[in-house]
Amino acid sequence: MSFLRVDSVAKTFGSLIALRDVSLAVEPGELRAIIGPNGAGKTTFFNLLSGFFVPSAGTIAFDGRDVTRLPAHRRVSLGMARTFQVTEVFPELTVRENVLIAVEVAAGHRLSPWLGRSVRATLRGRVDEVLALAGLGHKAGRPVGELAHGDQRAAEIAMALALRPRLLLLDEPTAGMGDQETYEITRLIRRLHQDAKLTIVLIEHDMRVVFHLADRITVLDQGRVLAEGTPTEIAANEAVQAAYLGKAA
Amino acid sequence: MSAVSLPWPKQLSHRPLWVAVIWLALLAAPYWMPLAGGYTALGTRVLVFGLAAMSLNFLLGFTGVLSFGHAAYFGLGAYGTGLVLKFLAPSTPLALVLGMLLGGVAGALLGALIVRRRGVYFAMVTIAFGQVFYYIAFRWHSVTGGDDGLRGFHRQPVDLGFATIDIVNNTIAFYYFVLGCFAVAVGVMAFLLRSPFGRTLLAIRENERRARYLGIPIEQHIWLAFVVSCLFMALAGGLDALLNNFADPHEIHYSRSGDLVIMAVMGGMRSFWGPLLGAAIFVVLEDYVSSLTQNWMSFIGLLFVVVVLLFPRGFLGFLQQERKV
Ligand SMILES: Nc1ncnc2c1ncn2[C@@H]1O[C@H](COP(=O)(O)OP(=O)(O)OP(=O)(O)O)[C@@H](O)[C@H]1O
Ligand SMILES: [Mg+2]
Repeated sequence: MSFLRVDSVAKTFGSLIALRDVSLAVEPGELRAIIGPNGAGKTTFFNLLSGFFVPSAGTIAFDGRDVTRLPAHRRVSLGMARTFQVTEVFPELTVRENVLIAVEVAAGHRLSPWLGRSVRATLRGRVDEVLALAGLGHKAGRPVGELAHGDQRAAEIAMALALRPRLLLLDEPTAGMGDQETYEITRLIRRLHQDAKLTIVLIEHDMRVVFHLADRITVLDQGRVLAEGTPTEIAANEAVQAAYLGKAA
Repeated sequence: MSAVSLPWPKQLSHRPLWVAVIWLALLAAPYWMPLAGGYTALGTRVLVFGLAAMSLNFLLGFTGVLSFGHAAYFGLGAYGTGLVLKFLAPSTPLALVLGMLLGGVAGALLGALIVRRRGVYFAMVTIAFGQVFYYIAFRWHSVTGGDDGLRGFHRQPVDLGFATIDIVNNTIAFYYFVLGCFAVAVGVMAFLLRSPFGRTLLAIRENERRARYLGIPIEQHIWLAFVVSCLFMALAGGLDALLNNFADPHEIHYSRSGDLVIMAVMGGMRSFWGPLLGAAIFVVLEDYVSSLTQNWMSFIGLLFVVVVLLFPRGFLGFLQQERKV
C-alpha cells in the first residue's frame, strides 16, 4: 500500500476538463516531482490532493485512508501540508507569529483560550527550531509582508513544516526566485527529504531543481499523465521531449 | 529576540501608557466630563456604544468579517433585559445576563446559517436577519410596545449581599456599574485575542486560505467569534436599556448597524481601543450637533469620509503610527 495513492481522478470545470484519469502512487520517503507545461493541471491536481476541490471522479488515499471527500483542515491534521504557487502567508504578522500560529494549531491548541507556562515554553522552542531550519531566525521579528519574495516563500514553507507534516506538497517553491534564492530553497528541500526523510510532492518548472531533487518524476500534459519514471528515464522519453522539454528549450 | 513571553500580534501589543490613560480617563469621567460641558449620562452612553463598537470590531477588525446587522443583537439584549425586568423579576444582573444570552443564542443560531458566506454576501445576510428582528420589535406590539418601544420597566438597585448599590437615582453609581460591566467584557475580549484561539482569528483575517491549510476549520472559528461578538453586543444593548429605562426599536434598524461600523472604522478597526474613541466622537457629536441642526447625520457622514480619506487606519491607528516614528 503506497503512502499516497491516487486512482483515476478527474476534475472538470464546466466544459473544461482540467484532469482526466490521473493515477499516481508515492512511497514513504519519496520525493516526487510533477512537471508539465502551463495549464497542464498540476495545481488542480494539488487542489484535489489537499481538499480544495472534490474530484469529479476517482479516489485519493493517504496512508491507507480514503481522503477523497475529507475537508481540507482534516487532511492537514492527518499530516498533509501544502504551500501555494502564489505565496500565501499572514502578511501583517511577523515571521515568528506566522510560524507560531501553525505550531499552536498543530499542537491541538487552536481553541485554547490560555496556555500554561511549560506548554508555551515547548511551543516557543518548536517555533525557534522551525525558524532555524528555514533560515529565518534573524528575520523573525519582521512582518512577513515586508520581506523579500524569496523569504516570503521560505516563510510559507516554514509554516507548512511547523505542522509536522508527513506529506509535504510544494507548488513551485522556487517560482519567481533568483539563482541564489533557488539554491537556498533547493538545499532546504533536499535536507527535508534526506535528513528528515519527509515524503514530498513537488511541482516545479526549474529543471535543474527537478533533476537535482526528484526520485521519480510524473509528467502531466493536458490533464493526463504523459509519462512517469526516474529522472534518467524521463530525460530520455521522446514523448516528454516532444510535449514539454522540446517546447521549453 | 530573547522574548520572555510569546509574541503578541503587533496591534495588540500593550502600550501600557495608552491603556493607563484610557482607563484613567474612564474612571475619572464623571468628574471631568461636566467641566468639559458633558454630563454623566453622556459618559455612560459613550461606554455603552464603545462596548458595542468594540464587540463589533472583535469580528470586523480581528476576524476580518463585516456584519452589517449587529444592531439586531444590541436590540435583543435591550429588549431581553427590559422584558425580564418588566415581566420576570426585578433583578438588574439577572436581566442583563438573560438579555445577553438572548443575543448570544440568536447569534449562535443565525451565525450557523451564515458563516459559509463571505464578504458582501455575509454583510447582506446579516442585514436581512437584522431587519427581521426590527420588524418583530416593530410589529409585535403587545410584547415589545411596537413603534413606541418597550417601556414600563426600571433598572433596580444592585444587591451585592453585603451592600446595595443605588444605581437607580444615583447616575454616577450607575456610570460605574456600566464601567464595571464594560471592563469585564473588554477584558474577556482582550484575553481571547491574545490567546491561541485569538491568533487563529487574526490568521483568518490575514489570509483565509492559508489559515484553512494550517488545519483551522474556518467556519467554526468565525462562528465562535460571531457568537462572542453577539454576546457582548447584547450586553451593550442591555446596558442601554437600563440607561434609558426604555428599549427603542430604532436601535435595531440596519442604519444603526451602519453607525456601529462607522464608529469602529472611524476610531480605527485595527486597534483594540479605536472603536471606543470612534464611539465617543460619534455619541458626543450626536449629542451636540443634533441639538443645533437636524442634519446631523450628514455631518457625521462628512466626518466619516474625511477620516477614511485622511486616516485610513482611523483616529487611534493614526495616533499610534505617529508614536512609532
Ligand atoms: N478554479 C478553476 N476554475 C476554472 N478553471 C480552472 C480552475 N483552476 C484551474 N482551472 C483551469 O484548469 C487548467 C489547469 O490549470 P492548473 O492551474 O492546474 O495548471 P498548472 O499545470 O498548475 O499550470 P501552471 O504551470 O501555469 O501553474 C487551466 O486551463 C486552468 O485555467
Ligand atoms: Mg500551477
